[in-house]
Amino acid sequence: MLHIEPSTHENEPCLRLEGELTIYFVAEARSLLGAALDQHPALLLNLAGLEELDTAGVQLLVWLKQEARRRGRTLSLFAHSPAVLEVFDLLQVAGLFGDALLIAPSAS
Amino acid sequence: MDLDQAKQTYIIEARELLDAMEEALLSVEGEGDPGEAINAMFRAVHTIKGSAGLFGLDAIVHFAHIVESVLDRVRGHASQLTGELVGYMLECHDHLGRLISDVQSEAQESPESIQDGERILALLAPFLGGGLAKAAPAVPASPAPRAEREAPGRDCWHLSIRFSPDVLRNGMDPLSFVRYLKTLGEIVHLASIFGTMPERDAYDPEECRLGLEIELDTQAARSTLEDVFEFVREGSTIRLIPPNAKVEDYIQLIRDLPEEDRFLGEILVAGGCLTAHELEDALKLQKQETLEQGSVPGRMLGTIVIQENAVPPPVVAAALEKQKRFQEQKAQELRVVKVSADKLDRLVDLVGELVIAGASAHVQAAQSHGGQAAALLEATVTVNKLVEEIRDNALSLRMVQIGETFNRFRRIVRDVSLELGKSIELQIHGADTELDKSIVEKLGDPLLHIVRNSIDHGIEPLELRRARGKPDAGTLSLEATHDSGSIIIEVSDDGGGLDTTRILAKAVERGLVKAGAQLSEQEVINLIFEPGFSTADAVSNLSGRGVGMDVVRRNIDELRGTIEVETEMGLGTTLRMRLPLTLAIIDGFRVEVAGASYVVPLDVVIECLDLAPFLESEQNHLVNLRGEVLPFLRLREVFQIPGAVPERERVVVIQHGELRCGIVVDRLLGEFQTVIKPLGKLFRGARGLGGSTILGTGEVALILDVAQLSQLAVERHAPTRKRAQALAGTA
Repeated sequence: MLHIEPSTHENEPCLRLEGELTIYFVAEARSLLGAALDQHPALLLNLAGLEELDTAGVQLLVWLKQEARRRGRTLSLFAHSPAVLEVFDLLQVAGLFGDALLIAPSAS
Repeated sequence: MDLDQAKQTYIIEARELLDAMEEALLSVEGEGDPGEAINAMFRAVHTIKGSAGLFGLDAIVHFAHIVESVLDRVRGHASQLTGELVGYMLECHDHLGRLISDVQSEAQESPESIQDGERILALLAPFLGGGLAKAAPAVPASPAPRAEREAPGRDCWHLSIRFSPDVLRNGMDPLSFVRYLKTLGEIVHLASIFGTMPERDAYDPEECRLGLEIELDTQAARSTLEDVFEFVREGSTIRLIPPNAKVEDYIQLIRDLPEEDRFLGEILVAGGCLTAHELEDALKLQKQETLEQGSVPGRMLGTIVIQENAVPPPVVAAALEKQKRFQEQKAQELRVVKVSADKLDRLVDLVGELVIAGASAHVQAAQSHGGQAAALLEATVTVNKLVEEIRDNALSLRMVQIGETFNRFRRIVRDVSLELGKSIELQIHGADTELDKSIVEKLGDPLLHIVRNSIDHGIEPLELRRARGKPDAGTLSLEATHDSGSIIIEVSDDGGGLDTTRILAKAVERGLVKAGAQLSEQEVINLIFEPGFSTADAVSNLSGRGVGMDVVRRNIDELRGTIEVETEMGLGTTLRMRLPLTLAIIDGFRVEVAGASYVVPLDVVIECLDLAPFLESEQNHLVNLRGEVLPFLRLREVFQIPGAVPERERVVVIQHGELRCGIVVDRLLGEFQTVIKPLGKLFRGARGLGGSTILGTGEVALILDVAQLSQLAVERHAPTRKRAQALAGTA
């Protein structure tokens, strides 16, 4: 399942993604996150709770980044979970987002 | 959106491959040249691994990879396929089977299973020659060993992939391909290309827009790399450029792909395929020629490359040949369609209903009057003929060869005989005999009991065999044959045979028969089918708990079959099962008693007579059929039907196996196609009834259980039993 919940990060509102961002849930995530982009000029996504990410999920994030640019907004991802880091590393897409990737001490 | 369909296909294929692997493993032990069998195993494991990679099933990839490495060494004669290794390989096979079951049930691999996997891999370590011995279980999908690390860049394979838009919807994840490629070699450079995606609602998040440009440093052959993308080839653009390719190849790639030339060019430069200088030159040359000739740039450069580096004709011929082969293979694959058994069952059910409805229409037509009546009747006759053909075809769809079931016993016989320290040779005859799938499924358990019994109790220990002058290796044979509308399955061994005195003693001890009872030899033998009977002095963990043969008998009964035993002291035992070919529909013969219809399966009916002229003894229920004396039963009496007995009674003479008897009814109604419907729980205890069916008029008719009735006919008359049996024996 995928849960998207409002939360805050350093006193800024943000959205927390939890569960799986996969083909099964991208359609739902697209409408929720696309709408959120209209509401927040600077959308912050907390990825700490993402346990699974597949190509469809990555593609959605890339699309969101492109949409932000087109709509004159910004999108920032933070607190990448290990699952997200593994996929970003595999597809070499970190550069497309330009966010800082903080690697937890436990991760190798 | 059916995401799981591809995975289901994978599971089915993997199971088939595992069966092939097991068969190959077991054949290695028997025959001379194991080369082909080893290749078959290698291919099976390799394909299981490859496809598992596509679905991101890391546990399977990891395990299969090591098994494959061992088999590869065997294939290259670096290791010997010893009996020990065959044993380990069988364990590997079982473990892979469990992993695939986990995939099917979507279960996480249990800790015990992981431990077991590691234990098996540890067993394999000595056969790896140190090559992979250190493959740590914690690392999913370790990279294949390479001789040496070569300089990056052009020495790598360049993989350029634009996935089909449907890839995600078809349940595949391009990430898995990347993960799998990592097991084939080292990914020196990778770039993901998403391009510019549509705005707002125009964007379909389930449509795959990913492209990959990968530099892969690998020793894998082109075919291996091509196989990786087997499942996504359709609709995707996949290009593989081998190591040390010409600059032009890369330039052409740049031209052929839809992305910006410079964008792609830079990816290639970053990957080390091209130098920045080469890229500049190529793009400049390109531009120049475009300006000069004013033609479409993409095609231009392609033409240049082909002109400048004319591909030698043999290469073209080979490529064409390969393409043709591929197409032929594809055509062949299409000739076989896999259908789920449920759908077939549904079809057979529907055909059953169709048979009933057809019969009903026919009855109505036959009873109608008026100008159209004859034409209507003719039409229903035609329809019924077609329905009959459809019925036969539908049933034949469910027919499967029994060989697969038999082959499973190779493994069981091997394992059990090892466990007991007996050497046993399994012979299989009539593996191509076909019978209904639903019967084959229910046959597995009883066959297993019988085979285990034969190995455990039948075939003697080595010393005893030598003392009896038999060959050291015992023989167990499984045989299937067709016999007039039924199938006969025999399990025979050349063991000690059944000891009738011991069976009788045991039966008396267990209170199954009274001491001093006079029983014929056959009756004594049949005691082994009684519940709670076992003669084994030592209860082994294979059989001998007394739950065997009575369960077998019950299973066979449920299939409307019979089982009999033939045995000779010191020479061996044969268990013979007679089963119907199908469970769903039979040709029946309809008879009537007191206005109600009953159906006898047509293939057991020998002939029909008037009772009176042939009556031998009313008191003993015997008829004399041209010198042959047969017992008979009145259905009226068996089912306690009240009402007056008609003046003229009829006898239907039936034969079941060796037993022949007569069934006395009021009227004969003729042939009737019958769809068998099971009887409810209420009737389960009723002897002599096998099922029910619905007549064209909507009435219910009961189907007689011939096996039980003929038993009843013989048993009912104690004084004449011996005689009837003797007669039946000679019949």
